[in-house]
Amino acid sequence: MTPVQAIIAKELRSYFVSPVVYAVGAVFLLVVGLLAYLYVVFAGAQAIQLMQVQGSAQLNLNDLVFRNLFASTRFILLIILPILTMRLFAEERKLRTFEFLLTSPIRINEIVIGKFMGVFLVFLGLLGLTSIMPLMLALFSDFDWYPILTGYLGLVLLGALFLSVGVLASALTENQIVAAFVSIGLLLVLWLLSGLGSLLGDTAVGQAVSYVSFMEHYDHLVRGLVDTKDLVYFFSAVVLMLFLAHRVVDSARWK
Amino acid sequence: MIEVQQITKRYGQHTALDRVSFSVAKGEVLAFLGPNGAGKTTTMRILTCFMPSTEGTAKVAGFDCADQPMEVKRRIGYLPETPPVYQELTVAEYLTFVGRLRGLSGKTLTSSMQREVERLGLGTVQQRLIGNLSRGFRQRVGLAQALLHDPPILILDEPTVGLDPKQIIEIRELIKNLAGSHSVILSTHILPEATAVCQRVVIISGGRIVAEDTPEQLSARLRQSEKISLTLKSPAADTNSRLKAVRGVQNVFSSGDSGTYLLECELGKDVREEVARLAVASGWGLLELKAISMTLEDVFLQLTRHEEALAPEAVVASVEPAG
Repeated sequence: MTPVQAIIAKELRSYFVSPVVYAVGAVFLLVVGLLAYLYVVFAGAQAIQLMQVQGSAQLNLNDLVFRNLFASTRFILLIILPILTMRLFAEERKLRTFEFLLTSPIRINEIVIGKFMGVFLVFLGLLGLTSIMPLMLALFSDFDWYPILTGYLGLVLLGALFLSVGVLASALTENQIVAAFVSIGLLLVLWLLSGLGSLLGDTAVGQAVSYVSFMEHYDHLVRGLVDTKDLVYFFSAVVLMLFLAHRVVDSARWK
Repeated sequence: MIEVQQITKRYGQHTALDRVSFSVAKGEVLAFLGPNGAGKTTTMRILTCFMPSTEGTAKVAGFDCADQPMEVKRRIGYLPETPPVYQELTVAEYLTFVGRLRGLSGKTLTSSMQREVERLGLGTVQQRLIGNLSRGFRQRVGLAQALLHDPPILILDEPTVGLDPKQIIEIRELIKNLAGSHSVILSTHILPEATAVCQRVVIISGGRIVAEDTPEQLSARLRQSEKISLTLKSPAADTNSRLKAVRGVQNVFSSGDSGTYLLECELGKDVREEVARLAVASGWGLLELKAISMTLEDVFLQLTRHEEALAPEAVVASVEPAG
């Protein structure tokens, strides 16, 4: 077992003995499930209306349910993922195990990657549980699986980005609440950049600002568009955030 | 095994370590003594490659702490001030994690864990969460962690804090047994501990090394002469010279108006009787008369508190201004 695997295993263990994962997981699944239910009921109501008016109705679940669901999940992740990441480094610093980690024969980038992978696996597990919704709907209706798979790809990438921002925020402080707050703040700013981008319009600056925000990249994936440009965005953003976290951890030694 | 040369550590304006140099031979146990904030922990953090020094070089087992930290870290077992334990893990899980971080696996890991569990008496708590253990057990888990990969060098920051007297003796025995095959640096507040387990003592104060020797030598150096402290209620103007005239008295220091005198006498000569007679006969109002014996504790206090010394400039002078 390599040191990175040892860190991942330890993080997973720590997550599952603490109540945080269960609380966060329960809230996440409950809210996503509730939203899915509401969108389905709403779609059903629309179908009935259409039947009354036109006598027949062709429902598009991709548009009526999944697009909305993917759009809402984005916001839920923005709130809950910082709760998962806030402890990663802040807790180590508070409990003085930080010094132990940094004096162990393991590189800082291995620590950062190990911690990121640990929480990423927890997130993948939670996301995997939501797949029950499309699977159940598939029993009773017919829809296009392709945009759902790309939507999930979008969620995975978006989650990775949120988590990497959370890792960075957690490295900045020894207070977990502050860490959660900072990452929610950073993510909201990233979100709002897309609004600023569209305000600036189709200029070079406007496009650049929109590109920095995750919104348009995620939207493409939810619509079923897999563009290398968007994949590159997510990968480079995650790498940049983890690199910054590495720098912050390294500089914490000097104080 | 450990070579520290002219290490300086500054935090902004504050100098935590000022040109500290010392070395530890293979198999030697060195104690770091000093008041809080003297720079003990800072020195240990530099040696374990947790933080870099501002100036100077530190070499551990031939590897430079700044250039080859991984090689240094592999050879060091480090117990920080607060035992670095994860409360949500059991003792066994924690030691497994530590072993894996250090590249142990399979049978080696199992046998190393068994060895340390036995050595530190953790058998009964192996499956318990560390968060539910007492301070003493956590400290022992911290020690097990430092020893797990059987490193040639051990750096222990106050290893016996939080232990009960029986455990303290056990840990001291353990450290004594490690000497010879391991080089150990330990910091402590408890002076008998330094005398009990260490071959050499480094006294550090205000970021400087003020003395470095064996515990016996350190106290011997201060016992070059017998010292007597004398307190008088109403000393006269000629008290100083008349005290000096007593046979066997070499030097007299007075501390101004408080009436306290420090007499330095020839070795092996007890002048107390005569001094008492003189004081009574002269009507100086004898309040107190006692011989000062120098334990390591006194040495430590004298060396680390000289700025607020009561009288004994003489004592400090006799230790020679080291550092």
